[in-house]
Amino acid sequence: MSPQNSDNHVLQAQGLCKDFPRKGQAPTQALIDVSLAVQAGMITGLVGSDGAGKTTLLRLAAGLLLPTRGQIRVLNLDCAHQSIEIQSRVGYMPQQFGLYQDLTVQENLDLFADLQGVPKNIRPQRYARLLEMTDLAPFTGRRAGKLSGGMKQKLGLACALIKSPQMLLLDEPTVGVDPVSRRDLWDIVAQLVSEDGIGVLIATSYLDEADRCHRLVVLQNGKVLAQGNPEEFHEKVRGRVYRFTPNRPEEIRLLQATLAARNDVLDAAIRSGRVRCVINSVSASELLPKTDFKQIESCEPNFEDAFMALAPHPRVEFLPDQTNEKPQVAQDIVVKARNLKKTFGDFTAVSGINFDVQRGRIFGLLGPNGAGKTTTFRMLCGLTSVSDGEISVAGHNLRRSRARARADLGYMAQAFSLYRQLSVHSNLEFYGRSYGLHGKRLEQRIDWALDEFELRERRNLPAGDLPGGFKQRLAMATAMLHEPAILFLDEPTSGADPLARREFWLRINGFAQQGVTVIVTTHFMEEAEYCDHLMIMSHGTDLAQGTPDAIRQLARTPDTPDPTIEDAFIALAEGRTMNLSGKAS
Amino acid sequence: MYVLRRIMALIKKEFMVILRDPKSRFVVIGPPLIQFFFFGYAATFDVTNVRYALLDQDRTSLSRELAADFSGSENFQLVRYLNSIQEIDDAIDSQDVRIVIHIEENFTKKLLTDSAATVQVIADGRNSNVASVALGYAENIISKFNQDQLSGGGSDPSKIFLSIDDRAWFNSNLLSRWYIVAPLGGTISMVIVMILTSLSVAREREFGTFDQLLVAPFTPGEILLAKSLPGIIFGLIDSMLLVAGSVWWFGLPFKGSIIALVLIMTLFMISIVGIGLLVSSLSMTMQQALLGSFAFIMPAVVLSGFTTPIENMPQWLQTGTLANPLRYIVTALRWIFLEGAGIADVWPQMWPLMIIAALTLPPAAWLFRHRVG
Amino acid sequence: MTMNGSFLMRLRGLLRKEYLQIIRDPSSILLALVMPLIMLFLFGYGVSLNPTRIQVAIVTTESSPAVNDLVARFELSPYFAPLFVTSANEAQKLVSNGEVDGFINIRDGFTRDLVKTGQAPVQVIVNGIDANRARLIAGYARGAIEKWRELRRARGEQAAYAGVQIASRIRFNESNESRFFLVPGLIALIMTLIGTLLTALVIAREWERGTMEAILVTPLRLHELLLGKLIPYYILGMLGMLISVAGGLWIFNVPLRGSFSLLFLMSSLFLIASLGFGLAISAAVRAQFVAAQIAILAGFLPAFFLSGMLFDLESTPRVIQWVSHIIPARHFVAISHTLFLAGNITSVLWPAAAALTVMAAVLLLIVRRKLSKRLE
Repeated sequence: MSPQNSDNHVLQAQGLCKDFPRKGQAPTQALIDVSLAVQAGMITGLVGSDGAGKTTLLRLAAGLLLPTRGQIRVLNLDCAHQSIEIQSRVGYMPQQFGLYQDLTVQENLDLFADLQGVPKNIRPQRYARLLEMTDLAPFTGRRAGKLSGGMKQKLGLACALIKSPQMLLLDEPTVGVDPVSRRDLWDIVAQLVSEDGIGVLIATSYLDEADRCHRLVVLQNGKVLAQGNPEEFHEKVRGRVYRFTPNRPEEIRLLQATLAARNDVLDAAIRSGRVRCVINSVSASELLPKTDFKQIESCEPNFEDAFMALAPHPRVEFLPDQTNEKPQVAQDIVVKARNLKKTFGDFTAVSGINFDVQRGRIFGLLGPNGAGKTTTFRMLCGLTSVSDGEISVAGHNLRRSRARARADLGYMAQAFSLYRQLSVHSNLEFYGRSYGLHGKRLEQRIDWALDEFELRERRNLPAGDLPGGFKQRLAMATAMLHEPAILFLDEPTSGADPLARREFWLRINGFAQQGVTVIVTTHFMEEAEYCDHLMIMSHGTDLAQGTPDAIRQLARTPDTPDPTIEDAFIALAEGRTMNLSGKAS
Repeated sequence: MYVLRRIMALIKKEFMVILRDPKSRFVVIGPPLIQFFFFGYAATFDVTNVRYALLDQDRTSLSRELAADFSGSENFQLVRYLNSIQEIDDAIDSQDVRIVIHIEENFTKKLLTDSAATVQVIADGRNSNVASVALGYAENIISKFNQDQLSGGGSDPSKIFLSIDDRAWFNSNLLSRWYIVAPLGGTISMVIVMILTSLSVAREREFGTFDQLLVAPFTPGEILLAKSLPGIIFGLIDSMLLVAGSVWWFGLPFKGSIIALVLIMTLFMISIVGIGLLVSSLSMTMQQALLGSFAFIMPAVVLSGFTTPIENMPQWLQTGTLANPLRYIVTALRWIFLEGAGIADVWPQMWPLMIIAALTLPPAAWLFRHRVG
Repeated sequence: MTMNGSFLMRLRGLLRKEYLQIIRDPSSILLALVMPLIMLFLFGYGVSLNPTRIQVAIVTTESSPAVNDLVARFELSPYFAPLFVTSANEAQKLVSNGEVDGFINIRDGFTRDLVKTGQAPVQVIVNGIDANRARLIAGYARGAIEKWRELRRARGEQAAYAGVQIASRIRFNESNESRFFLVPGLIALIMTLIGTLLTALVIAREWERGTMEAILVTPLRLHELLLGKLIPYYILGMLGMLISVAGGLWIFNVPLRGSFSLLFLMSSLFLIASLGFGLAISAAVRAQFVAAQIAILAGFLPAFFLSGMLFDLESTPRVIQWVSHIIPARHFVAISHTLFLAGNITSVLWPAAAALTVMAAVLLLIVRRKLSKRLE
């Protein structure tokens, strides 16, 4: 992949290495011998899991870091020595764009226009174009802190674009953004590339976004694992991607778990009510007995398939206990909410929602940031008071009930929320004892957790020093230690990479099979497929409720015969659904 | 048994969180010791080595005798001689000297003719305290000179009309270091305990672990207990360490009862923990908690009588200091160290601390769950 | 020209941003404008080194004109609030209980001795626990007795020998008000708070919120970034200074004998040094928690204890005096005391100003070297 036409290149890296020194240890190698090129008029995607080196590469390109070895040039300028010049010609948007929360949209734009030296006379037309592109024109007087997550990211992008840059560096611009804004952001970038012919380097961990790039670079542990056009990636797995339709929609998770456990299946994920697999062997029909599924069809590969086949990932054995079928007490309602309301001053966070959760089911609360999911969730756990309406969890209102009523709950918070300075073992021990485990029983459960979540090797490490994926595992292990009957998970996969998310859902699946009731919030629309029952929230109200299948039906049109949950969400948010009475029970 | 085991786990965790983190471990031990030694030496109202200049316009043996009394005093340090009155102001203004002793012309003559001879003492008022104290020293030397002249100088003893015999009790050499150092340990420990406890809930809020605690089957009372203990224990360890330092390093007498000391110190720590936890459960972030404890510590120290006497304040402010827990421990420590107070003596300083604790701890526990974020 | 123009544009952008942030963030306003007032009141009213209405016991059983005259000196003095007892034992108890700070013992036969021998000892006993207060009380008592003696001498009731009289004059502070000493020193403390603590906090906050990264990738020069922080907080600090000066002059009637412009100039020097220190902290650590700890420990506390604003430095051990020289507040306190109470005395002002200039320059140089447009 040597650069062919260097005139057309906006970024070139040759043998780029970056080490970060660590106290008393060998330095962390964030980038190892990376060579790549980014062309003008193209979107180049930088894909990889957490800690792959994406952010480091972008920061090197922006002149915020110095390479340890090798060279990186942007617009034919050396990033190490000509950073000021690069910075006046490149737009850079860090992961959480540093907007000044106290400043309004207009004031933020003014600041970055001043810093970039945009002449006064061309500002009006520049602002007009950016505001139109980002749909922020009605909000110029609003403070950045009061914007929704999606609007913040769009404003960040507008600030990065203030001086018509010749190149754009974007670091995961769509994390935590609702699907509508996500689509808008990509449209803006695509428009810039086609109209202005600039070069874009965009880091992302959303694999479905990769197919909108012209070129892709896969990073893994600081090394380039592969690069090429999306088509080249698709070719690698062509003919090995299949869709299995389950006999009954309820059996889909069982089917997924069964497939995922097979050695010759590289990836199995639930997509639009079917299990999508990438397999190693050629004949897919021999994988499972014909009676285990209804239909099998080969399908067009996408980048996600290729990526999952490419990245070596640990196999999670989570075959549900076949003999002990799901206990059929599904009528037993464990969690109930009636006309639930929450107001903060004159702001209504949740306005009158109703739902039931049955024992042994996975109940998903979906919606973009700020939709009211977390508030609803905190009311359920008794962490926030209820303004109006009724709520009951296993027959209790947790806010008013005695402490003992909480003994049957497991809780995993949004951000990693264990004691960072305590070791893995100490954390487990503390939470075990908190729920009254002791003696032999405690030892047994800790042993179970260390084995089940593969934490044994790291049991003496402070929890704060664990790699990202292991933090997630530890958080889950502490939540499950006392074998709770109800498990509350708040955005458990936020910030996790695709591999970790796959693994996580397989586990959840397994627990639900054992009769644990799971209530989970997520803003990843595709994860809704793993739930039994969904509630989609937006601006504090429920847009729709029902099984994933029922939700998808809402968006079925002649144009999109096979919609995803994300399509359904966009349709719901834009009020385009055929049948709003489809708020299924 | 079940409840006890859970509480023990919670308490153990609280201690581990403080001791495992190098930063908070340092905060508990490092700054208190550094501050104790620095402030033990720096915080003093004693005035020593007062630099002075002498303007002797009399130049007789008698005036030289008086001058020798000054230069012989350990409180004074002669820097220069002046030659004219014009030089006096300049010597003071430039801060070359802090006082000027001016013996007028005809000093001896006036003295011998039984009219009043005057020695002028001019002090630099930029530091009002140094000025008063230095003037006091000068007055002492002069009245001693008078007495010497009258008794030993061959004058008629019947002319001695009055002698002032002033004595100071409890601290006969009038060292203010004792007065400052005795309550210093309590004050410094308060700062540490305040920072420690004010951060304890706020840090868990910021890192999200507090929700995890609230979801576990703990009652607010259990959390309160577990959150209070480290503050109380570390506060006691620090203060006892500094009490030991006061006795063995700064040479303070310890005349009172150790039991009274431990008892009131414990009560004091409980009341500080109450205030710290109240600040902490009101704060959503560590920054708010820090600013909050700063907002408490500043007035608490200024209005405690630690550096300046409460009696010098206007009456309304004196009433206000009754709500200040530091006021009670400062008084009690001085009584215990220097006056040999026992439990009964410090009782008036104990019950207000109990009231403060009773008024702060319950709302702090209530706020654990009811502070809206 | 264009180079210059874009420099001004970038700087203006930063300044406007900082201005908007300050006026919209209550905590900066609180720290910069309300805190000075609170401290001013706290120190103006709460901290006083002048005892008044001291509780003393007077032990006497006689009521001759001489004794009554002597007692009247104590009753009329603004310093004393005497109560009367008849035995020294009683008075001792009162001292031990802390009810009085001392007692004046006029022994039995005082009048008789005075008439017969002209010699009558008066005993003054003070509680020495608070040494400073004890010294002042003993001094006041001696003063009251002196006054009585002079009165008698003037009326011819006293023997002719006058002895050596002391005529004391406290220059710059005739009534020896401790406020005159405390308020000018307090300004150093207030400016340290704004210059060091607030500045360290706001920059750390930019790192924590990610705004620093967004600014660093613009073609901003480092000196512009520095100016963008220095100018707003300089103005804020000077506002805090003006509030304190105004409060000192008009609420607490502290005189300002030197020139205001010199005070302004030297405050600026001190503030720049404080800002330099705040910036240096924030260049070294990027977390608000740690920055606040360092600012309090290395900035605020030394400005309180080692600057001479409350405690006299010359009476401390040598080592501490040496250490105090590297604390900017120490030099500014000397300047402030002199300008407020003494006047434009160059021999005090210039060396201190020179020290501040050197410190400000060194600190800014350190900041300039430490600060980098890179994230490492």
